[in-house]
Amino acid sequence: MKLENEFWFDEDAGPLVRPYAVARGRTRPTRHNLEMTTLVVAARTDGDVNVDREYAHILRMCQRPLSIAEVSATLNLPLVVVKVLLSDLIDWGLIIFRSPPRTSEVPQMELLQAVLDGIRKL
Amino acid sequence: MAFVSSETSATHALSASAVKILIAGGFGVGKTTMVGSVSEIRPLRTEEMLTELSSGVDDLSGVEDKTTTTVALDFGRITINPELILYLFGTPGQQRFWFMWDELAYEALGAVVLADTRRLESCFAAVDFFERRKIPFVVAVNCFDNAPLYEVQEVREALSIDNAIPTVLCDVRKRNSSKQVLVTLLEYLIGLAKSATTPTEASSPVQ
Ligand SMILES: Nc1nc2c(ncn2[C@@H]2O[C@H](COP(=O)(O)OP(=O)(O)OP(=O)(O)O)[C@@H](O)[C@H]2O)c(=O)[nH]1
Ligand SMILES: [Mg+2]
Repeated sequence: MKLENEFWFDEDAGPLVRPYAVARGRTRPTRHNLEMTTLVVAARTDGDVNVDREYAHILRMCQRPLSIAEVSATLNLPLVVVKVLLSDLIDWGLIIFRSPPRTSEVPQMELLQAVLDGIRKL
Repeated sequence: MAFVSSETSATHALSASAVKILIAGGFGVGKTTMVGSVSEIRPLRTEEMLTELSSGVDDLSGVEDKTTTTVALDFGRITINPELILYLFGTPGQQRFWFMWDELAYEALGAVVLADTRRLESCFAAVDFFERRKIPFVVAVNCFDNAPLYEVQEVREALSIDNAIPTVLCDVRKRNSSKQVLVTLLEYLIGLAKSATTPTEASSPVQ
């Protein structure tokens, strides 16, 4: 993917203005359960949807699962702004997401063992 | 907004989930270096705007009002298997607002506190934070050249941490060394999980 180098804002608007404008000053995402390590992926494999280009950019980026932190880092936008935009996309059915496993729900031992095995293989 | 019908296009499934480990410690102790040495991607940087100062944080001298503070942190990724991704977050060392970042600590598997023997006190705050949040952590002493060498036990005493908390020496510039620190943390976490599920003698009936 070459998205990192792609420039997707108005040249005269400055890098930060456009996305903030799309977020329309909202600092409270409609989805309250989004976290840095929530994974997101585009619901559909084609990016051919009629949305503002900030949203379209996220949809193209999310053709494979990414954490919200990665989306934020790639867009160079604060997490809260990214959560606002992702909330919209989730509300519209264009992004699906998966919250991190809750320690109370997942058998902790299996999870920890899997992580240990994965690190040992590094 | 109107959307094209999705009938013709394929859909993605999302079966993977993500967990995180925090790498904390004082300014310049090697957090980002450690993240980078084990990450499969070049460390990325994300930032959050913190608008509310939480109560109970008494170390915010110089912060007069509820202004928005931007806190940045570096992170890396390790794909454990197709279903599980591990993120390593290096907390910012220089300014301490990350202690107000509830989401950062929430559901973290555990933490590594990096210590620099030239300035051991610079990691007190992190030790304190994880103890209070009941987030299990190990201490890794990053051995800088020309830094005074201490025995692990001396470091423990200086930080006044429990003997049960693993404390190891490392060189975070080396992938294997960073990896070993993470193995130490995971083994410690597994030990804790085991003792939490095995009934202790104290809780089982006497005789
Ligand atoms: N000699 C030596 N230098 C190291 C070691 N670890 C890190 N460094 C160097 O120390 C400097 C600081 O390392 P960073 O990884 O940026 O430290 P950090 O904890 O992320 O720093 P902040 O985020 O600014 O708090 C870098 O120049 C590293 O190359 C080490 O084990 N030995
Ligand atoms: Mg750093």
